[in-house]
Amino acid sequence: MEKLLPAKDRLLKSKRSRLDGEFRGKLIVILCAVIMISATIAITIFLGTKGMQSFTKNGISIIEFLTSTNWNPTDKASPMYGVLPFIFGSFAVTFLAALIAAPLGIGGAIFMTEIAPSWGRKILQPIVELLVGIPSVVYGFIGLTVLVPFIRENVGGLGFSLLSGMIVLAVMILPTITTIATDAMSSLPNHLREGSYALGATRWQTIRKVLVPAAMPSLLTAIILGMARAFGEALAVQMVIGNVRNLPSSILDASATLTTIITLNMGHTTYGSVENNTLWSMGLILLIMSFAFILLIRYLSSRRKLR
Amino acid sequence: MKSFKKISLMMLIAAFMIIAAACGSDSSSDKDSGGGKDSGELSGSISVSGSSAMQPLIAAAAEEFMAENPKVDIQVNAGGSGTGLSQVAEGSVQIGNSDVFAEEKEGIPADKLVDHKVAVVGMTAAVNPKVGIDDIKKEDLIKVFTGKITNWKELGGKDQKIVLVNRPDSSGTRAVFNHFALDGATPAEGITEDSSNTVKKIINETEGAIGYLAFSYFTDDSVTPLSIDGVKPTAENVQSGKFPVWAYQHSYTKGEAEGLTKAFLDYLMSDDIQNTLLKEQGYLPVTKMKVERDAEGNQKNI
Amino acid sequence: MNSKAADRIATGVFVAIAITIVTILAGLFFYIFVNGFKHISLEFLTSPSSNVRAGGGIRDQLFNSFYILFITMLITVPIGIGGGVYMAEYAKPGKVTDLIRTCIEVLSSLPSIVIGMFGLLIFVNTTGWGYTILGGALALTIFNLPTMVRTTEDAIRAVPRDLKEASLALGVTHWHTIKTIILPAAFPSVLTGAILAAGRVFGEAAALLFTAGLSTPRLDYTNWNPFSEQSPLNIFRPAETLAVHIWSVNTQGLIPDVNEVASGSSAVLVLSVLIFNLLARWIGSLIHKRATATK
Repeated sequence: MEKLLPAKDRLLKSKRSRLDGEFRGKLIVILCAVIMISATIAITIFLGTKGMQSFTKNGISIIEFLTSTNWNPTDKASPMYGVLPFIFGSFAVTFLAALIAAPLGIGGAIFMTEIAPSWGRKILQPIVELLVGIPSVVYGFIGLTVLVPFIRENVGGLGFSLLSGMIVLAVMILPTITTIATDAMSSLPNHLREGSYALGATRWQTIRKVLVPAAMPSLLTAIILGMARAFGEALAVQMVIGNVRNLPSSILDASATLTTIITLNMGHTTYGSVENNTLWSMGLILLIMSFAFILLIRYLSSRRKLR
Repeated sequence: MKSFKKISLMMLIAAFMIIAAACGSDSSSDKDSGGGKDSGELSGSISVSGSSAMQPLIAAAAEEFMAENPKVDIQVNAGGSGTGLSQVAEGSVQIGNSDVFAEEKEGIPADKLVDHKVAVVGMTAAVNPKVGIDDIKKEDLIKVFTGKITNWKELGGKDQKIVLVNRPDSSGTRAVFNHFALDGATPAEGITEDSSNTVKKIINETEGAIGYLAFSYFTDDSVTPLSIDGVKPTAENVQSGKFPVWAYQHSYTKGEAEGLTKAFLDYLMSDDIQNTLLKEQGYLPVTKMKVERDAEGNQKNI
Repeated sequence: MNSKAADRIATGVFVAIAITIVTILAGLFFYIFVNGFKHISLEFLTSPSSNVRAGGGIRDQLFNSFYILFITMLITVPIGIGGGVYMAEYAKPGKVTDLIRTCIEVLSSLPSIVIGMFGLLIFVNTTGWGYTILGGALALTIFNLPTMVRTTEDAIRAVPRDLKEASLALGVTHWHTIKTIILPAAFPSVLTGAILAAGRVFGEAAALLFTAGLSTPRLDYTNWNPFSEQSPLNIFRPAETLAVHIWSVNTQGLIPDVNEVASGSSAVLVLSVLIFNLLARWIGSLIHKRATATK
């Protein structure tokens, strides 16, 4: 605090220059805020127009694009642009990953807040933070060298499969879910717990009947944020999922997601060609999905406020 | 006051760097046209972009070229054939590398680009060694890749389900293999991987797997290369035109190459590079080819 | 009785979950380090990578990672702090503030590949720069900005109100108070947040794939002129970072020793992120100690 000048030193300056500084400062921070708004708008507009080009300029039918399962853009005679298998793959891998990560994450959060609030949290919290820090390519690499051969030998199939993708993603989104769920659980008012215990409920009954229902909207938010991350993850998934263009019929089948097709083909296709434009349309789907996830979270948080 | 000053100073520096660097890069790219007179020492800089498979070859050649001509600077970037062709067509790089003919890529003004075929790459189908065959008829190969034959025992091999390993739709390797080995048939679905290393690894680890690889990957016994119609996949057979599955590696320029660009392309075609560096990286010298091919795939003797 | 048993089972399940999480992390770290440290040597860190032959290092990739991180933070930190100050001090509840908050949410939940594609569209194609460090840094800025804004906003809100009110009561203007009282007081938390964000940027690959490129030109480390094409400091050259390198050797590489290079690089990458993490904690606790000792 020693660097503070006495107030009178500053007051000696003319009023005008002070007001100038005031104005300039406000301008700078407003500018920073404007940058964020314009970045968001620019992303939406540019990716929107670029992503629509395959429909407006190249005349691909949107319905066919979204519902056809035939993807064969390189066939010169009758190219087919159906991305349904990739959309399905993205959703499948996202939901399956959430199916594993949500119980683990919420369970971990309950462990930290209810079972062992003192030492449990001290151990688990840093571990979760370290898991956040592992870059996604490293997850992909370990998936490729450990998980894929393991599944091939012990579970069956080729190893490259929805199963591998979902396990890698589940580990990746686990910290996201755990962190938010922990915040949600620990911000519950203590009288809920005390009231329940006073009624003679066991800890499990308190958790199941009182705490989890009370924290439900926040817990759902945690899961959705995790899913949003899983939906957009590209490189780690691409390394383990096998990138097959068919609809998978079992969890051991190789599959493909929107993100993996984009990363595989972006470099090979020429900018402005139909095939390239369809990749941008897939990017647009990703963008729209991330808006959808946010709307969902908003809806949940508005419900939380109503309570 | 201090923190505010720091912030504004940092912003100022950042802005300055951006502007200054922008000017810097502009002036440096101007040098291209001035470089490389016919007589005297070569100087200047060019940038090359495109096919990631070709990047090691061109980068190695550029390295040696720069060692011989110290005032020359050649930047070799990868990014994929499509990127290379787009960039050379719009003039942001001087040479665009591609593993397919520019005519085959949509949206590229192929008539404005000049093709320099710098190398040839031969490729063939490769199977897991346990499959037990090393020769396949072309019609059978097509049936395998289109999914009409699903078990190796139909071809006299082991009783083992066939697993296909493909390349991405837009890959040049895939285009060549589909065109010349499968006669244009569309392959059935299989695992899709971009990297030859990964493809080789999958074929080696998965029983009954079949994929396709360039000759340079057949260095050990981990995968078995297949002869097609009894013709062995060797350099000699490709050069004489007997073995059908091969492709050029192209370096495209916008308009005729001149100056430093031409000097570098000439260097790539020199015996020095064609006979040593190319071989080292598993390519076949284009100068030794006894047949040639056009963009439609028609082959004729030279 | 029955509910007691259920309670015990449930407790067991939660403990099992906690153990699972710990095991996952321990397994990951064990695998990364045991496999990676074998391949890390001074030579690995200081020799350039090879595209064809075995035995390449990661010198350029390592440098690129740090350099892109540096440029990114140079852009992100001022804008992020500015945005945070606005949100904490100037924003009035209303439509505009709601809009900004939505924007921050949108930006922070965008998949990194979408940011990469936007970067490709704007910083690579529209500007005509090609793959550049600057393009990569700008893409990462979009990716990093929301975190920075939130960190700053939270840090400022955590500054005791009486500090600010005392300053204002002395007749010091609002902006002056922010500069001289609030920002210095919030500085430790902002710094910790920035370092943690840096760790995230360091490991990012998908957004850089399409913006900073997959290759690095020949670099001459004695050339410190940022405008020369061979200088490592040139921000208009393509640059493959460590994270991108791991992806590219695994999926597009031609080198025979993919596993060795990728394991070594992964270990270096995770170790760097770990160091960022510990550094942030250490600085946080150090400043906390100093602050509490003077009071």
